[in-house]
Amino acid sequence: MTDNSVAFVRGEMADAQPAPSTSKGVVGWMRFNLFSDIPNSIMTVIGAIFLLWFIPPIFNFLVTDAVFPWSVVNTVEACRDHAAGACWIYVLDRMDFFIYGFYPSEEYWRVNICFALGALTILPLLWPDLPHKGLSAIGFFVVMPIITFFLLNGGNFGLAEVPTEKWGGLTITLIIATVGIVASLPIGVVLALGRRSKMPFVKYVCIAFIELWRAVPLITVLFMASIMLPLFLPEGTTIDKLLRALVGVSLFSAAYMAEVVRGGLQALPKGQYEAADALGLNYFKAMYLIILPQALKHVIPGIVNSFISLFKDTSLVSIVGLFDLLNTVQATTAVVEWKSPNQAITGYLFAAAVFWIFCFGMSRYSMYMERRLDTGHKE
Amino acid sequence: MSEQDKKDIKADRSKMSVSDTDVAVEINGMNKWYGDFHVLKDVNLKVMKGERIVIAGPSGSGKSTLIRCINRLEEHQQGQIIVDGIELTNDLKRIDEVRREVGMVFQHFNLFPHLTILENCTLAPMWVRGIPKAEAEATAMEYLEKVKIPEQADKFPGQLSGGQQQRVAIARSLCMNPNIMLFDEPTSALDPEMIKEVLEVMVNLAETGMTMLCVTHEMGFARQVANRVIFMDQGQIIEQNEPDAFFDNPQHERTKLFLSQILH
Repeated sequence: MTDNSVAFVRGEMADAQPAPSTSKGVVGWMRFNLFSDIPNSIMTVIGAIFLLWFIPPIFNFLVTDAVFPWSVVNTVEACRDHAAGACWIYVLDRMDFFIYGFYPSEEYWRVNICFALGALTILPLLWPDLPHKGLSAIGFFVVMPIITFFLLNGGNFGLAEVPTEKWGGLTITLIIATVGIVASLPIGVVLALGRRSKMPFVKYVCIAFIELWRAVPLITVLFMASIMLPLFLPEGTTIDKLLRALVGVSLFSAAYMAEVVRGGLQALPKGQYEAADALGLNYFKAMYLIILPQALKHVIPGIVNSFISLFKDTSLVSIVGLFDLLNTVQATTAVVEWKSPNQAITGYLFAAAVFWIFCFGMSRYSMYMERRLDTGHKE
Repeated sequence: MSEQDKKDIKADRSKMSVSDTDVAVEINGMNKWYGDFHVLKDVNLKVMKGERIVIAGPSGSGKSTLIRCINRLEEHQQGQIIVDGIELTNDLKRIDEVRREVGMVFQHFNLFPHLTILENCTLAPMWVRGIPKAEAEATAMEYLEKVKIPEQADKFPGQLSGGQQQRVAIARSLCMNPNIMLFDEPTSALDPEMIKEVLEVMVNLAETGMTMLCVTHEMGFARQVANRVIFMDQGQIIEQNEPDAFFDNPQHERTKLFLSQILH
């Protein structure tokens, strides 16, 4: 620069330079995320110490010291060793019971077909890019339940009848959870819309229903369903114990669902209702096309929260004598032939792991859907 | 009125014609209350087919409420509102009939954020009028071209600027092929640069002979497009006149005060 009368002015455009090595790659990432400042560094160190202290014993218990079918000694004696970890062979030995309950072993294939059918029909529904959603929905919501019912229950088509008392384990957990989830969402939506209705009768019926069911513990609902309900029915009619539990669980979670959905409805700006009205859409079309798609999308976390809590609450049906997964596990934690220090712990760990897999799956799927459905493009 | 404003908006009044016989909207002795608050007081208004009416007035004067009564987003308690020959009552069927024929554009656009631009435009024709999808899409593209954003058809409202969204909102209303269009402060939420693009679309619409009722503070638009300006205060229509007479020679004290505050 020869002319000093102006402050610095660039004569030519600067070329882009490579970023300094300390801000790139692993080192850069660690500097930025783990050791960005002193509090962060302290937390990183504490976290590392905690993991070092926490993970090895757990790993030893679950894997290193555990007894697997392929372990050198794979009998109950190995589990009884004072240094033994988890007794996985006991869980594997009782796996059939955990999955099928008291279902006759020669009829297990029927349950397996139902599992396969359930998985096959739900996949096209959950996979957003597959076409023919209507057909998939019919498959999962109509065809699958009917086939499942006739297959599991038997009594027709040359199949031996297996009363619901014999159903159990993961089978019954999945049945209750699926029916509860599938039934509670639409009922909840109807209740939520009803609660916001301008018609006093509809509104107060819905409020009464929601507040009544929400204010009662699920255990009470199940007890009432199994003990009090028969009193109101004509003499001689009996309702299946499983069916009563299904209805109880569904209506109970529907009341919760209604409040979650109502939250979504209230969060929508009034303008959306007005725009739908102004275009001449009637109430049902406006709800179906405009309001509910947005409201439900907003409350996906809440809905899935309800689903997850419902899935876990299915274990409460054990108190009315149904053998769900947890109940079957519990029933075997004291069997003498597998008597060993870690028998019960291993059993419960297994049950927890199964519940966790299903619930975590729902959680991840909901997050995926949330991202996918996000058209808000918020900045 | 600044010279700048006049230059900005050009409208060809020869293309706009007002019917002498066909009434679009007729309001007789209409009163409305919000609870105990008397928000519209004895409003009488007759709008002929093809009229472009601008409704002005200070905030809280009931302008928006008035046009929202015309498609029954607000209910009136007394008097008569006849839209396109249909009297608005509690009869839901008649309300839906009126809403099919009356388009509305809102201050905050109110596009449906979960649908694409094209879907926003085809939804009502398909579900309310029962028009097949292909035909509805063709019509929608036609109107999106008229509002000059056909290339945005597959985007979502959240990806568009305010001005673009408002033009989509206008196209969405037009897809229902309405006889009357209501505008509720269509440019009030927009940046100055975007106001012009929306006003241009509105001018084009006026030149097609559409009956329009606009609540707006765009006095340049009022002067160029409106055939009547209505001034409201405290829930009443206190002055109405042709735009030039209205702006150059206001009669009522309140009108003079209002105009002196918004025109420089």
